[in-house]
This record gives sequence, C-alpha cells and structure tokens, in this order.
Amino acid sequence: MTPRPSLGLRARLLFAFALLCVVTAAVVSGGMYVQARVDILQRAQDAAVQQMRTRLEALFPLRSATPGPAELGEIAAGMADGNGAVVAVYHDMRSPVRVPGPPPGEQPGQPPEQRRPGGNALDLDPAVIPKGLRREVAGGVIAWQRVLWQGWPILIIGAPLVIAERDGTTRLSGIEVYTARSLAPEQHSIAQLAASAWLTGGAALAFAVALALLATRGVLRPVRELGRAARLLGEGELRTRIAVRGSDELADVAHTFNNTAAQLERHVTQLREMEADSRRFVADVSHELRTPLAALAAVADVLDEEAARLPEPAGRAARLVSQETLNLTGLVNDLIEISRFDSGVAALALNEVDVAELVRATLRARGWTEQVHTELPPEVTARLDPRRVDVILANLVGNALRHGEPPVSVRLGADPDWIAVEVRDHGPGLDEAVLPHVFDRFYKASAARARSEGSGLGLAIARENARLHRGDLTVANAPGGGAVFTLRLPRRASDPDGGPE
Amino acid sequence: MILGGVSRVLLIEDDAAVREGLELALTRHGHRVRAVESGEQGLDRLRADLPDVVVLDLMLPGMDGFEVCRRIRAAGDVPIIMLTARGDDMDVVAGLEAGADDYVVKPVQPRVLEARIRAVLRRIGRDQAELERHAELTIDRAGLVVAKGGVPVSLAPTELRLLLELSATPGRVHSRQQLLESVWEHGYFGDSRLVDACVQRLRAKIEDDSAAPVYVQTVRGFGYRFGPV
Repeated sequence: MTPRPSLGLRARLLFAFALLCVVTAAVVSGGMYVQARVDILQRAQDAAVQQMRTRLEALFPLRSATPGPAELGEIAAGMADGNGAVVAVYHDMRSPVRVPGPPPGEQPGQPPEQRRPGGNALDLDPAVIPKGLRREVAGGVIAWQRVLWQGWPILIIGAPLVIAERDGTTRLSGIEVYTARSLAPEQHSIAQLAASAWLTGGAALAFAVALALLATRGVLRPVRELGRAARLLGEGELRTRIAVRGSDELADVAHTFNNTAAQLERHVTQLREMEADSRRFVADVSHELRTPLAALAAVADVLDEEAARLPEPAGRAARLVSQETLNLTGLVNDLIEISRFDSGVAALALNEVDVAELVRATLRARGWTEQVHTELPPEVTARLDPRRVDVILANLVGNALRHGEPPVSVRLGADPDWIAVEVRDHGPGLDEAVLPHVFDRFYKASAARARSEGSGLGLAIARENARLHRGDLTVANAPGGGAVFTLRLPRRASDPDGGPE
Repeated sequence: MILGGVSRVLLIEDDAAVREGLELALTRHGHRVRAVESGEQGLDRLRADLPDVVVLDLMLPGMDGFEVCRRIRAAGDVPIIMLTARGDDMDVVAGLEAGADDYVVKPVQPRVLEARIRAVLRRIGRDQAELERHAELTIDRAGLVVAKGGVPVSLAPTELRLLLELSATPGRVHSRQQLLESVWEHGYFGDSRLVDACVQRLRAKIEDDSAAPVYVQTVRGFGYRFGPV
C-alpha cells in the first residue's frame, strides 16, 4: 500500500468547499437573478403596454377608415412619446418613423453606440417587426414581443386600431400602430444584477477557498507532523514525540502516538539493556575463564608430552585433558572475540597487501597448500586487515576441507573497487533450510555434527570480520554441487582512525 | 647473555596458578625461570638476576605492568614480552609504547611463548662488514654498535634488529608483514602494530625530529624504508 500523499486530502477538502460554495452561490444568486430579471422585464412591458393603450384611446375617433400617409403620420405623431419610435402601418402604407429627441440626461458627445439604445437612432423598419407579431396584431389583439435588433434588445408593441360602429360593435380598421421601445436600461440593470451576482459568487468562492485552505492546513499540519514523527520512529528515533495542540480528535491521535512511542521506547530500552547485560555477562564470563585457562593451557603441553610415559588410563586422561584444554581455549578466545564485535571495540589494522600472497600465506601457515586448488591472479592489492582476513579465509577453507568434498578451490576476483574471494567445495552443498543460518552463533547444521569441529562461532566471527571491513560474506549452493562462500571486501576499506600510515 | 643455551627468564605474574603453570612449562623448555608476583619484586630481581628476557603480566596489583615496563626499559635493554589478559587493543598499544618488544595474549600456549622468547633472544648475526655511514648515523654491524654524531645510541634488541634489517638495503621498501617475519619471526599474520610501535621508539632515538624522519621513513600504505639519506 502506498501512502496517499497529503496533497490528496488537501485537494479533496478544497474541492468539497469550492463545490459547496459554487452550488450555494449558483442556487441563491441564480434564483434571485432569474426572479429579478422576470420582474424587471414584466414591469417594463406592462408599463409600455399600458402607456400605449392610454395614448391609443386618446386618438379616437379616427377620421377616416382608409387613411392616407398623412393621416398615418398624424396617428404616429399622436402615439409618439419620448421613449421610443412609433410607426403606423396600413396595409402596405406606413407612416414615417417618429423618433423621439435625445433624452435630457444624455450627452451629445457620447458615441452613437451608446446613444442608440436611448432611442433617437432607433429606426423602426417594419421589416424588423416579426411576422408572427404582425399576424397577431392583424388578428385584433394588442401584442408585444422582445426582439434583438442590431444587437440591442427592444420591445415592440403592436396594436390594431378598431372602428367603433354606431351599433356598438367594433371592426378592425386595418391600421396598426407599432411602438418600439429600447430595453437597454432594463438590460443594463439586469447586467448589473448579473455582475453583482457573479461578484458575490466569486467573492464567496474565494472566501470558501481561503477558508478551506485554512481548514486543510489546520488538519494537514498535525497529520503531516504525525507522518514525519512516525517515519522517524520507524527509523529508530525512539525519542520522537509530537506537540499536542488543542483537544480535538487530532490532539487525541497525537496523544496516543506519544504514549505509544513512549512505551515503545521503554520496551526497546529494556530489551537493549537486557541484551547488553547478557552480552556483558558473556564477556565477563569469558574474561573470568581466561585466568584459570591460562594456568591450564600452560601445563597442557607438559601433560601432553608426558602422556606417552604415563601408564593407562592416566595417559589417555592426560591427553584428553590436554586436548579439551585446547578446545576450551579456542572457545573462550572466540567468545571474547565476538564480544569485542558486540561492544564495538573491534578495530581494523589496515595494510596494503597483495591478496594472492595473503591467501597463499593463510594456506601455507596451516599446511593446506597441497589440498586446495587456487586461482589467484597476481597484482591484486587491497587495503585490508591481513590478520582478520586470514581468520576469515582459514575458517572458510577449514570448513570446506572438514565438511565438504575435495577438491576445495579458492578463487580470487577483483574489480576496481572490490575483491571477491570464493571458497568452494564439491560436497553435497548445504541444505536450503540451513543456508540462512550458517552465520548464526552456535548454529549446528545437524545434530550429528560433532562438537569438536569448532566453537560454533567461526562463521559468525568470519562475517563480523568481513563487515568490519564494510564488506560481506555470503553463502550459496553452486549449480554443480557444493557450497560456495563468497567474501567481498572493498579494496579501500574505510579507516576511521587513520590507522597505520 | 645466554649461557650455554640456557636463558634466564624473569616471570612477573600475580596469579599463582598461571605463574606456576608458566614456570613449569618454561622450565621444561630449558629456561631458568625466576617467578615473582609483583612489579616491585620484579624490579628487585631484575637488578639481582640480570635476566635475559622478562615475561611481564600487564594486570598487576600495586605498580601496574605499564609502569614496570617503563622502568625496566629505563634500566636497560633487556627484551620484554607482555602477557595481555584482555583482548583490549589499548593495552597492547600502551604496552608497546611503554617499551615492550612483543606480546602474547592469555591464555598462553607455552609453545607460542617459547617461540617469542626464542625470537627476541636470537643472536644477531655479526657481519664482518665495514662500518656503514648514513649521514650522521654510523652502524657497526660487526660490533653491533650504532652511533649518531659519534655518540653511541642505546637500542633495545628489537630496535637494533629492525634498524639492521632496514639499513641493509637502503631505499628498499619493507612491508610490515616482511618486517614481522624477519625481525619478530611472527609469520605473515603478526600484529603490524608491533612494527609501528618499534619504529616510533627507534625514531625517538636516532632521528633529529621524529615527526620528520630521515633514516626510517614511512611509505604510506606499504611500509617502511631506510633513507635514502
């Protein structure tokens, strides 16, 4: 499981806040906008229609049922007010368009685009009047329609003039009057309304985002702190604690974390103390054993040499004591060596050595030269502690000779930074279950393996020696059979103390 | 020095069992052993017995082994072999600095101790060579006398052997391993700190400035060489 980055939480919180805000703003502002828009237009329409009615009534009675252009012009003039263009239409005849003068508030210097909605340039061409509207008006009703003309909204109201007969009935005169009224002021109001709605919505959104950021920071900072502290704890910084702020759920988590860390620290400290105690105990015991062993070892040789002259069973007893004294000495020496690794006092005495010569010296010193096949390229030098590398090699070759089958081979390889020494035998190899444990202390591959074959610490010490060089010692089974131990050492082992020059 | 192949060993060891065991073993190897239990007694016997070699335990009650070592060294050039009970590197280094020639770690195998004693007591072969001069230093391989500016320099046996070994081939680099084999007879895997400590003591005696040596020079990463002067 990969940890979700903290950005995810932040993004989600921001998104939720923004969405909430946008929806609320849209519903509230949008609702209000639509309502207000309808109201404004309705009121403007109603007022215009009402006004037209009033003026129409003032025109009656008509002088002629079949008016000429002059009469149509009079009708139009009578209908004209200050607000819009008027045209009177009778079949194909039309009056000149009556346009109002500029409204009092308007400046003459303004560009025509701005003046046009004011009305004076509004030319009410009958072509602008929608056909549907004309049909309706021809049908005898007052009708109106909003149209977009030259990019400007206008309200066109059409009214038929009727002729009242003496019997009280009316018939259509065929004269229609159309007035066009600019809706620019209304549109302006609506646009303002929309702008303010957008502005309010935007401000609310910005506010919401700011609020969300604050909230996420409030949540994320403790979360991030917790994450960092947990990571430190995992890396072994057991004294890591986090500051508890406030008393919310996050503070509870922080509190729990701190308690857990404290307990963990206590347990680990206890375990470490116990481990240190037991290691110290081993070290102390080993040291205490040294003095009596020193006396025993001093006389073991004497006993061994005299054994031949002693009558049985005293002779055998003497040899046994001598042999076991030697074994015990080896064991105690190994215990002391390993406790020095544990306590960190083991140090490297580095020297530039010819590795092939070192391997040959190891074999020569133990009389193994004839038994071991070697592949040792010349002129491989490395900066090593020869005594420690000798301990490793002696252990590996000794094990191979004792437990494996001949031929035992030692092969040296090198690259610019590392040397690798492979010690291989041709026996059955090691059980796969045993492989991970061969470097464990006192690990015995099989119960049958005799105790006298070594202290049980040899490979553990060998690996500690390799690691002291910042190298490593590994084991595997060769494809063709037999165990292969590979010692890898850096050619320039780091030398913290400066070492011998 | 060594009379009829029998060497006189002064053993200073506080633990009675170890002392008795080592006395037994060394006596069997043909040495005449004087075993004492404290540094003070050891220094007394040193003057009275004139031993050929001192085997000195570092862990002593009263005057400790390092102090005893310094006093023995101040009194003369008798070889000193330390017994270190602890696997503590600091002990070894401090002991070598105090003037010890070699050391063995307890529990001691008598064979190992015997080999060390033989090595430090080995007669230095006297050549019939002429007097060698290396700048201020004169080395008389026949008389085994080293003088600096005409004044004889008192060298401990190991220091003398190291100087003779190095100066036999001026300019040639000797690795620590080679020196351990030729001077200490330790075999390939001896403790190279023996060489370093001995070089330090030798420099203190023959160089004008130990920090800027002329005669015994360090070849970093490889070892030491004599000169060229």
